[in-house]
Amino acid sequence: MTITEHRPAPLEHPSSITARRLGRSGHVAVAIGAVGFGALSWLPQGAPNWARWIIVTLVAYCAAIYVISRIVEGRRQALDRLMSAIVTSCFLIVAMPLVSLVWTVVERGKNRFDATFFTETMRGVVGEGGGAYHAIVGTLIVTGLATLMSVPFGLFTAIYLAEYGHGAKLAKAIQSMVDVMTGIPSIVAGLFAYALFELLFGPGTRSGIAGAVALTVLMTPVVVRSAEEMLRLVPDELREASYALGVPKWKTIVKVVLPTAIAGIITGVVLAIARVIGETAPLLVTAGLAQGVNWNPFDGRMTTLPVFTYYQYVQPGLPPEAGQDRAWTAALTLMIIVGVLFSLARILSTALKPKGLK
Amino acid sequence: MSDHQTAIRTTGEEFSDMTDRLDTPIDTAVASASNDLPTGPDNRIVVENLNIYYGSFLAVKDVNMVIEPRSVTALIGPSGCGKSTFIRSLNRMHEVIDGAYVEGSVFVDGEDLYGPGVDPVAVRRKVGMVFQRPNPFPTMSIADNVLAGKRLNSKRFAKGEAEELVEKSLRGANLWDEVKDRLDKPGSGLSGGQQQRLCIARAIAVEPEILLMDEPCSALDPISTLAIEQLMNELKSTYTIVIVTHNMQQAARVSQRTAFFTIDGTGQPGHVVEMDDTDVMFSNPKQQSTIDYVTGRFG
Repeated sequence: MTITEHRPAPLEHPSSITARRLGRSGHVAVAIGAVGFGALSWLPQGAPNWARWIIVTLVAYCAAIYVISRIVEGRRQALDRLMSAIVTSCFLIVAMPLVSLVWTVVERGKNRFDATFFTETMRGVVGEGGGAYHAIVGTLIVTGLATLMSVPFGLFTAIYLAEYGHGAKLAKAIQSMVDVMTGIPSIVAGLFAYALFELLFGPGTRSGIAGAVALTVLMTPVVVRSAEEMLRLVPDELREASYALGVPKWKTIVKVVLPTAIAGIITGVVLAIARVIGETAPLLVTAGLAQGVNWNPFDGRMTTLPVFTYYQYVQPGLPPEAGQDRAWTAALTLMIIVGVLFSLARILSTALKPKGLK
Repeated sequence: MSDHQTAIRTTGEEFSDMTDRLDTPIDTAVASASNDLPTGPDNRIVVENLNIYYGSFLAVKDVNMVIEPRSVTALIGPSGCGKSTFIRSLNRMHEVIDGAYVEGSVFVDGEDLYGPGVDPVAVRRKVGMVFQRPNPFPTMSIADNVLAGKRLNSKRFAKGEAEELVEKSLRGANLWDEVKDRLDKPGSGLSGGQQQRLCIARAIAVEPEILLMDEPCSALDPISTLAIEQLMNELKSTYTIVIVTHNMQQAARVSQRTAFFTIDGTGQPGHVVEMDDTDVMFSNPKQQSTIDYVTGRFG
């Protein structure tokens, strides 16, 4: 006696729960056809044009998969395939400029990606050689100071908004001010910091700290926004559990709410750093340009990588290729710094994420 | 009021004849207790004219109730009748919600929890609470969850002291044997029933005098429910326990006294219909609506 004996014989007519499927091979065939059709699009020019090829391929694929699936599988399946195709195409189109940008920066930045670039400055250099050591130091100091200032301001503001504000007029006012601050153009923040330091220390003052203040103005609202969201995600049940143990509110925030939200807060801070580390305009007016290393943010001009890139490109010197190469390598360095920061944030937030939560 | 307060404050700790006084009115009970018993805290909860509000909305009106020490008191009633709201007002958790406040008095040991100068934080150290959904701290291990109350209140432990408290509390919550090998693992990795018992262990680790339980078994299976009911039976020799439950069999099984809350209609405040010994409430209640509710004809 086997199980198959209990199984009724298959029905002769088509059953209501089976349908013809466009299998994996059919799917792949449509995709290959679309790629081939896309290749036809650069025939008139005679040479491959990657962007046009990809876009024509995607459009052809969307159209073909819908029509073929409609004939083979029916309306619902065809619509499902069309939507999947459109969503994927949109992602690929958006990713194209990004891939192209990274490619270009790596391709052109690798020329000067050598030891000299990371150990020497531009002091006394007019032509070839020289490096961005001073700009890397400047970027790290200015961004570091900005982070040191904006994280406490931002985090405490977020704690007020999420834990104490509760619909108070002050909280609402702060919230809308933060929204406005998120939208201010970066040059305005730069001019604000410039004007502030001119008032305090006389005209023409340029220093690393002025640049850091400008970046703080840009960074704080981003930190506030993300930290507030993260604090609001902490379930009220945990706060109540803590209160019910007789733990005061401030300690509940420090020991229960913040540790639960810390992974998200760190990610938010790193996003804020990434937002400001590439700022050029505000640093141009506040920190200025120097040819050598300046370790003191409170005295004298300080070059940062974006400003360095800008000047190497607009005033490349002779021969111009040397300056342009330095500019590309500086851009590549900046991208690597941001990449390292993101990796660090990932590692930290994974390590600090509440255990047992997925 | 001050007379009353003094009377309760001088009430004795040991009661051998508790059942005698259960049916006597509040004032007489308090007066007789103060006459023939030595002084000391008894953790009897006396609720007087308590109105509980959410903003301008009166959620529970005019509660007068005596909750006897070292016994289990069950609060039953239909959904939305204010049982949870009421139990949260017994350790000042109600006011954690924006715009929520109460009028009236809740006396514990003769001290009004809502009196001037009372620190809600101190009240909550004395009156612990277990919630409907288990809520262990996700960032802490099992042991740290148990110690959370003490540790967050700045207590520093000597080496063996912490381990002792962890074991004592987990044993008290019938959880020790299940978790003793993984005390350093996160509390959120436990099953729902284990998490709830962890929350009970966490609550009793701060050595409260009163334990409030807001539907502690509603998210649990029958076996975990049984474990927690047995636990309540053991804990009632030490603690005054108040439990909100939707499960009338549970109320009948675990409690000595039962209060029935109801609500007249949507938007109306909830109120206490009657309160009596549990066996009386389930066999011979005085009010028709109580009869209807406990026999399942409510509606």
